Amino acid sequence: MRKVLMGNHALSYGAKVSRAQVISAYPITPQTEVVELLSKMCASGELKAKFIKVESEHSAMAALIGASSVGVRTFTATSAQGLAHMHEMLHWAAGARTPVVMGNINRAFAPPWSVWTEQNDSLSQRDTGWMQIYAQNNQEVLDSVIQAYKVAESLDLPAMVILAAFVLSHTSETVEIPGQEKVDEFLPPYERKYKIDPDEPHAFGGLTDPDNYFELRYKIQKAMEEALEKWEEAGEEFESIFGRKYGLLETYKVSDAKSLIVSSSTIASTARNAVDRLREKGEKVGLLRIRVFRPFPAEKIRGILSSVGKAIVIDRNIGFGASGIFYQEIKAAMYNEEQKPPIFGVVTGLGGRDVSSKDIIEIYQDVIRREEPKSDIIWKGLKL
Amino acid sequence: MGINLKELSKQEDFFTSGHRACAGCGPAIALRQALLVAGKDTVVSFSTGCMEVVSTIFPYTAWKVPYIHSLFENSAATMSGVEAAYNALKRKGKIKKDINLIAFGGDGGTYDIGLQALSGAMERGHNMLYICYDNQAYMNTGIQRSGATPYGASTTTSPSGKVIPGKTRRRKDLTEIMAAHNIPYAAQASISDWRDYMTKVEKARSIKGPKFIVVFAPCQLGWYYKKEDTIKIADMAVKSRFWPLYEVENGVHKITKDPKKVIPVEDWLKLQGRFRHLFKGENKKIIEEIQREVDMRWERLKKLEEAGL
Repeated sequence: MRKVLMGNHALSYGAKVSRAQVISAYPITPQTEVVELLSKMCASGELKAKFIKVESEHSAMAALIGASSVGVRTFTATSAQGLAHMHEMLHWAAGARTPVVMGNINRAFAPPWSVWTEQNDSLSQRDTGWMQIYAQNNQEVLDSVIQAYKVAESLDLPAMVILAAFVLSHTSETVEIPGQEKVDEFLPPYERKYKIDPDEPHAFGGLTDPDNYFELRYKIQKAMEEALEKWEEAGEEFESIFGRKYGLLETYKVSDAKSLIVSSSTIASTARNAVDRLREKGEKVGLLRIRVFRPFPAEKIRGILSSVGKAIVIDRNIGFGASGIFYQEIKAAMYNEEQKPPIFGVVTGLGGRDVSSKDIIEIYQDVIRREEPKSDIIWKGLKL
Repeated sequence: MGINLKELSKQEDFFTSGHRACAGCGPAIALRQALLVAGKDTVVSFSTGCMEVVSTIFPYTAWKVPYIHSLFENSAATMSGVEAAYNALKRKGKIKKDINLIAFGGDGGTYDIGLQALSGAMERGHNMLYICYDNQAYMNTGIQRSGATPYGASTTTSPSGKVIPGKTRRRKDLTEIMAAHNIPYAAQASISDWRDYMTKVEKARSIKGPKFIVVFAPCQLGWYYKKEDTIKIADMAVKSRFWPLYEVENGVHKITKDPKKVIPVEDWLKLQGRFRHLFKGENKKIIEEIQREVDMRWERLKKLEEAGL
């Protein structure tokens, strides 16, 4: 069924067709429509889930860790300050190996108070042990929720589907809502190996001494590494059932490209347009979109970037005191390569400032004139 | 189940020996007594604290029922999710039996850092029992003052000194805070009066919806008394009316034990090192203040009961 959906509602439908059994959420702009629609679906009986309207994001995640430990499928959504409030529980969800899936609407942190888009909220959760998927349109938002359950539950790792505030969350696009039967075929019910069951009691969350802790951390890393393959497998299986293709990365016009623009989320989809316009002018430029940021597909990135002349990483985020965060990661991934391009880092669009196709063309034209990166940040769109 | 020794002696323990609690630990007694009533089909969630630490250390557990610990402030929120998950499974017919859900927290995890999560869970009406074991300070981290620490008590963060005579603030009245949530059952109990406490647990179990019990559980290490005196200290708190045993069922207060021979609160204070400084010089007036407050609170409780409120 095709429907015109805002990104937030694409998340709700994603949770619905995935048959989430326990939902727990706290309202925050710009996430509210996600939970409003899910509440409505629960009230009408369209979705048979228990919705816990908690008193904070911290409790939202705590409740889902409890529910997931019983062995049911769980969902929540939040944004920015809400995600930060959840932070302690994000670590717990990953450590407890509960495959919670959540939507996060990328919104800038305060102060200055802002509700507009920026990626620092989700990127600050980089090391919590959550998988992170940055979607570029509303169809991908919905599809990624379904895939996230598939991957998360196969490895007992939590996953975050991320979309840009307003640019996706409140923008309506035509979205294909997959039929329930097809989703059921792709996504079987969640079966948890160790669960809270009085007939087979286990203790969860016990104090763990140095003799045991290390290995449990190692296992999270191993699961993350395995997840790279799982995301590709899930993408292939998804394509065979639904006809839409997804991978860890997306490339556009890279085969003959001398330079690549590297970005994520909606800036990447704007960059596609910029690539087309630059190509019309005879520029051999392509695009690499990072879709799955955790686990980080370093090997794949190396395979693509090592043969190009220049890479331009555009970040809508900033690691204060260092540089753009995607830029840092990509540079680190390339460091040990013998053949590697100079990598230029651009920081732009913070706090939701618009980044247009024209801006990206200007970024390209500026970088292409430079021999080598003289600093880690090229600021774009900054008014001083 | 009858709450009598004959019956109880036949019950299986679900909080078992092998835990690492101190000799004379009051909270460990509170857990064992609650689980004797709750029985096998019980799930326990726990906030971080002494009883969390001593009952675990991976890969061991002192619990013979499922146990989940997830941080300090969220025992009630975690149990909210467990309850919702069981409801979801029940609706699908995947589980049939009723399961007792008991969320535990110490006073730090309940009066303070976990108060919001507890308040939210009670307001939402989850079918669970929350039991706060109250040893009146943060004992796991080494005796720091909490919202439950009584006026005048010396702790490591409210130490008695030349200028400041221990804790200068009154403790919160958590039982009344919980009763104000209009939940069907809120009660105050003590490990010394096991029959009263276990009857309250049993009663709470039979009521559907959110229930709350705070159980007085002395800590010999933090209160500085002889470890064989734990029950005596708890008993004297009741007999001095410092810790009245009562319940609030559907908004109506009922005193469940009216001590026949009331002892001065001073007798109770003087057995505990945390109040030792109150018996010196100027500080003696604090003992009078504590007695006045104990009397005032008892009068208030009596009036509420008499008025059928």
